[in-house]
Amino acid sequence: MIDFSTLTIKAAHELIAKRELTSRALTEYYINAIAEKNADLNVYLEVFSDALGQADAADAAIAAGEPVMVLTGIPIAIKDNILIKGKKASSASKILGNYVGTYDATVVKKLKEQKAVLIGRVNMDEFAMGGSTENSAFGPTKNPVDPTRVPGGSSGGSAAAVAGDMALAALGSDTGGSIRQPASFCGVVGLKPTYGAVSRYGLMAMASSLDQIGPIVKSVDDAEIMFAALAGRDPLDSTSLASSAVASKAGPYVVGVPFDFLGEGLDPEVKANFEASLEKLKAKGHTVKEISLPALKYSLACYYVLMPAEASTNLARFDGVRYGALKEGANLLEDYLNSRGQGFGREVRRRIMLGTYVLSAGYYDAYYHKANDVRRLIAAEYRKAFETVDVIATPTAPSPAFKLGSKTSDPLQMYLEDIFTVPVNLAGVPAISVPSGKTAAGLPLGIQFTAPHFGEQLLFAIGRDIEHN
Amino acid sequence: MLTPQDIDNLAALGRLALSEDEKTAIAKDLESILGYVSELSNAPAGQAADVYASTNVMREDGAPHEAGVHTEALLAEAPKREGGYLKVKQILGGGDNA
Repeated sequence: MIDFSTLTIKAAHELIAKRELTSRALTEYYINAIAEKNADLNVYLEVFSDALGQADAADAAIAAGEPVMVLTGIPIAIKDNILIKGKKASSASKILGNYVGTYDATVVKKLKEQKAVLIGRVNMDEFAMGGSTENSAFGPTKNPVDPTRVPGGSSGGSAAAVAGDMALAALGSDTGGSIRQPASFCGVVGLKPTYGAVSRYGLMAMASSLDQIGPIVKSVDDAEIMFAALAGRDPLDSTSLASSAVASKAGPYVVGVPFDFLGEGLDPEVKANFEASLEKLKAKGHTVKEISLPALKYSLACYYVLMPAEASTNLARFDGVRYGALKEGANLLEDYLNSRGQGFGREVRRRIMLGTYVLSAGYYDAYYHKANDVRRLIAAEYRKAFETVDVIATPTAPSPAFKLGSKTSDPLQMYLEDIFTVPVNLAGVPAISVPSGKTAAGLPLGIQFTAPHFGEQLLFAIGRDIEHN
Repeated sequence: MLTPQDIDNLAALGRLALSEDEKTAIAKDLESILGYVSELSNAPAGQAADVYASTNVMREDGAPHEAGVHTEALLAEAPKREGGYLKVKQILGGGDNA
């Protein structure tokens, strides 16, 4: 008898390859779980009507003797900002109306080539703007560990699907922590790959110099499997790069910790858990080394200039003319004003206003130009740090999952959630969040490891050492 | 300080119709966020070089696909269309809703 709740991609694949498990049985298990839990947790916006059909097709291919690839028959949830041909995609926004994807995102194409099962599309903060999945036009998602709390965001539906046993894996996107922070809040693994490692073709752009697609999964091994499946240069995303993987170096590793950056605002339980994790790493033979990254304290300010600037530009395409919902006015200008004013949610409108401000004449130099300067400084500090350490460790988030509604009235409080994750996107380096234990109240905590560009293998190696503790 | 006129200008540039209540709320939010990001002015002057120099990505200037093969699928998403065109309100001639 298979215990489905403990399955990983790796374990399920072995069973499928040995013909001891069918994709249909596995997919039915998750569809039943969704039917049971989704009304309470609001994780899925849609379960695809052809999910079982996809599973049957995978099973038929296996029966016909086709090679069983590692994702063949594996049910995967897709964040609602990633396009699948013929399926609705809304970015959890009203402005997209009944938009249907007209092509497959490259990551979706890669999953389909392996005959993975795309089980459904999951909730998120609207246009990936938020840290709690409360900014969805379709209502908040709740944390499966404690439904009075948020699952994190913006990929909160992806993390909740995996943590709530409603999918074996999920795709998310990460602009400033949107994969790692929800993974930490829900007690699962989340990987933000190197900028350029995974094609964004078919991902609705938020901040193009920061966005990456990555997996949310149950184990570090599964993160490695998903990364291998998704990575690679894509001519359709000119920022994507051929993998130039850093030679996978055998441990033990030198783990850098920017203690000066971990000061104020850190929850005491998060701090104690992080220190315990460092002791575990030492016990495994790794060395912990204090490093100083003095520009990191500016990263959140830098991010909240660059991200809204890019987002306000990217979202200009939503105008009620080419696709999505049209709210008519007396003339074309009013069509734009109404479609955007009513179609975008409050946080999106706020960020468009902020982005417009920092890009406007007279403020461009003080904000946008300066932020780009500071961004270069941050990237240079990481580069220098990686001359003496293999990876850098911090908590993933300054607190465990917070109560629904507790930060919605103060956007700045919500933004401070991103303090440890944002610098990674600014530098374009990869990072992983791995579960590191729980608070006394049973809330999951995560540790974040950061590596040099294309150093994902280092993240998997050290991630396994924390995971198997 | 952001004046009500500043907020109106930003909303107009961003093509957003905002209620009066939201304008007041957003002015307060922007003040608070801009106050926070203003700490950037304390950061050292940028001397750091671009770590990863950008490179141009070129492709052949040819037709990526046969003309018209995606037209119907894309136009099917438009809120208003007329034949092979997107339909919008008239913008010349005094804004008549033609």
